[in-house]
Amino acid sequence: MDFDLSEEQRLLQDSVERLIADEYGFEQRKALGRAEHGYSAAMWAKFAELGFLGLPFAEDHGGFGGGPVETMILMEAFGRGLVLEPYLATVVMGGGFIRHGGSEAQKAALIPEIAAGNLTLAFAHTERQSRYDLNAVETTAKRDGDGWVLNGEKGVVLHGDSAGKLFVSARIAGGPRDRGGIGLFLVDGDATGLTRRGYPTQDGLRAAEVSLAGVRVAADAVFGEDALPLIERVVGEAIAALSAEAVGAMAALHALTIDYLKTRKQFGVPIGSFQVLQHRGAEMFIALEQARSMAMLATMMAAADDADERCRAIAGAKIQIGRSARFIGQQAVQLHGGIGMTMEYAAGHYFKRLTMIDLMFGDADHHLERLADAGGLMGD
Amino acid sequence: MDLRFTEAEIAFRDEVRAFFKTALPEGLRRKMQEGRHPSKEDLVQWTRILNARGWAVPHWAPEWGGTGWSPVQQYIFQDELQQAPAPQMLAFGTSMVGPVIIQFGSEEQKKRFLPRIANLDDWWCQGFSEPGSGSDLASLKTTAKREGDEWVINGQKTWTTLAQHADWIFCLCRTDSTVKKQEGISFILVDMKTPGITVRPIQTIDGGHEVNEVFFDDVRVPYGNLVGQEGKGWDYAKFLLGNERTGIARIGASKERLRRVRELAAVQHDGGEPLIRNRRFMEKLTAVEVELKALEMTQLRVVAAESRRQKGKPDPASSILKIKGSELQQATTELLLEVIGPYGMPYQPETPDGWNEPTIGPEASGSIAPAYFNYRKVSIYGGSNEIQKNIIAKAILGL
Ligand SMILES: Cc1cc2nc3c(=O)[nH]c(=O)nc-3n(C[C@H](O)[C@H](O)[C@H](O)COP(=O)(O)OP(=O)(O)OC[C@H]3O[C@@H](n4cnc5c(N)ncnc54)[C@H](O)[C@@H]3O)c2cc1C
Ligand SMILES: Cc1cc2nc3c(=O)[nH]c(=O)nc-3n(C[C@H](O)[C@H](O)[C@H](O)COP(=O)(O)OP(=O)(O)OC[C@H]3O[C@@H](n4cnc5c(N)ncnc54)[C@H](O)[C@@H]3O)c2cc1C
Repeated sequence: MDFDLSEEQRLLQDSVERLIADEYGFEQRKALGRAEHGYSAAMWAKFAELGFLGLPFAEDHGGFGGGPVETMILMEAFGRGLVLEPYLATVVMGGGFIRHGGSEAQKAALIPEIAAGNLTLAFAHTERQSRYDLNAVETTAKRDGDGWVLNGEKGVVLHGDSAGKLFVSARIAGGPRDRGGIGLFLVDGDATGLTRRGYPTQDGLRAAEVSLAGVRVAADAVFGEDALPLIERVVGEAIAALSAEAVGAMAALHALTIDYLKTRKQFGVPIGSFQVLQHRGAEMFIALEQARSMAMLATMMAAADDADERCRAIAGAKIQIGRSARFIGQQAVQLHGGIGMTMEYAAGHYFKRLTMIDLMFGDADHHLERLADAGGLMGD
Repeated sequence: MDLRFTEAEIAFRDEVRAFFKTALPEGLRRKMQEGRHPSKEDLVQWTRILNARGWAVPHWAPEWGGTGWSPVQQYIFQDELQQAPAPQMLAFGTSMVGPVIIQFGSEEQKKRFLPRIANLDDWWCQGFSEPGSGSDLASLKTTAKREGDEWVINGQKTWTTLAQHADWIFCLCRTDSTVKKQEGISFILVDMKTPGITVRPIQTIDGGHEVNEVFFDDVRVPYGNLVGQEGKGWDYAKFLLGNERTGIARIGASKERLRRVRELAAVQHDGGEPLIRNRRFMEKLTAVEVELKALEMTQLRVVAAESRRQKGKPDPASSILKIKGSELQQATTELLLEVIGPYGMPYQPETPDGWNEPTIGPEASGSIAPAYFNYRKVSIYGGSNEIQKNIIAKAILGL
């Protein structure tokens, strides 16, 4: 048992934390977010330069051979800074499909482009009726000579408006909710027949509604013709990464709140001298540490081979993260009073990001139900 | 004990309901159902419809346009109004400064201001909170100095709701700094057009503009704008806040929002079937309904006891209404967000009436996450829930 970081991991942590502290302050973030795609190309280039974009890929493919712990380190720091860049969509998810589902040729073609910061990716999966069910895919893929033709509508595609290429799930065979028969395809952002309606999300990121009308892709765009297990695996890794991001956001928000309790005065004393607020701060701290523990569990289990064990740990983490994040987010606003309700103060932005994280890949209740159906976390 | 309304009360409820059905403009009803914000024009129009019927200020004394209804009738009216769902009358005039003027104002102030409040000819806002004085309101620093027959006001108010529309602001100002802090405060009415007033918008986390900072720089108003006596402003403010708390539970509005939760849950699918048929979801919804019913009963008990209580002395139990009422408003916005799921994510600012941009995701989903964020305010304003619990501990439990 070892919860300590290795020397190399500590260096990585130092470098990302320094970057966030120096260049991702609340005011700086506002400026970065005003760029065309809602994030900064210069910051993205810096991520490439620091090796963040090639981090999880094997060294043979031009990466740095990092694992889930390295991803956790980055994501936690990104959570503190409320980072806007498409790291989750491009490196964690897009990169995940390539690492676990790509052929040697696909890896050789795509990984260097990602690592260099030239290629961003998005995952177009959610549909109007699917909510959080990964198997509910109605977008279709029909064989067309060597290639495929895709038709359908995808929604709330994170960074889908600016991604260079999009991973699109589409049904090759079976009924609308069958587990089998779901294919995964990599589609160019400017492919004929693909239209995207981009918009900001509640937390200041970007997403898009994507519609596919007779989009043709070649045979080398296929990442699996029975791809649900691959999708589940990568979504699991995304949840682990998001959990770490949420922990970073919660930790920063908690620190901001405790600081406020020490400095804000009412009735002639710091409001932190009121015991009810001291206890609330203590409860938030407990919620944060419980979340941190589960984010670590998810991280360490994300690469486990036993799919059942892995899925349960990931679901458990998403539940704990959702609950802790809701409590910490709501209480942080409450303890700030009016100032917590304003756009010009950071607390509300953490609260909104944490709320949106709960809505990604299944909220706490969704996972609670699935985990209970599967016999709970500890049963077998 | 009898839970049922009397026949007369039922007839009254039917009359009110029928009136709302025909008198509330359809576009405004839809806006309210979808959780969008009524505009200034909407509120003026609706207030005047009610005022023409004699129902804009039903809780006022009949000589000033009130109805003389019993507390139960008042309750029925509010409940029906919120479930219509229709906008509430602008509270700053009808529920705050209006009753203060009726109770403590001069004849001249009554004649001048009350009819214009009832018809929303004057839009009022509330200038109590300051940057350094929120929960500790009595520490407020904005000063009013008497010079001849004028007050000269200097300082800053903040969180002033809808000051951007306001014609008048009622302020708590320090008029004597030599006495105990509660005893040096006066209640002064200020015309927003007076030179020296600056209003600066504050954007809230949902992206909306409902609060403002209001700056006073040598603002001169007639001495006669003082309400009641100098130095008694704190008593009037407590009277006002007590009135505010009973209306603040907003049970009818929570009921209406739960109706919307059910409607949406019937068409949103989870695991291949409507969410409303999902056991876990229904248990969660039901738990909120039980709490809301309990609060409604508590509210009715407070209402029933009201007729026996000394006028103007709010029941400390009204703190229960404020705490639970705000928690349930928040719980209902939380449920709505849970129902809409991933489509809570797109940020879609409210478009002006008549705008035709198609919504992203299900109809009217754009207001759901913003409402969830915005409603965090209800446990902060009007005396935060922590302060309300302090009141219960002191005034009821004797701690
Ligand atoms: C089953 C059991 C076994 C025990 N075994 C042992 C033992 O082996 N050896 C031993 O020495 N003692 C033992 N104790 C005693 C135990 O340590 C005391 O009960 C405990 O310290 C609380 O003291 P009290 O019962 O006097 O309650 P009090 O101290 O009077 O507390 C009453 C309530 O007030 C709260 N409270 C008190 N002070 C504050 C404060 N400053 N802020 C907020 N809340 C406060 C408490 O949390 C509690 O809810 C045992 C008690 C129990 C119930
Ligand atoms: C959307 C919105 C609209 C508003 N509209 C108006 C308006 O129109 N006019 C107006 O005058 N004001 C308005 N307010 C202001 C509102 O009344 C204050 O925000 C409120 O009184 C709290 O004050 P504060 O924000 O300074 O927080 P603080 O008083 O600084 O409180 C911060 C935290 O400390 C807690 N706290 C403070 N004192 C104690 C204590 N003794 N014990 C335990 N906990 C304590 C509070 O509960 C809160 O959690 C509005 C506020 C909001 C958010």
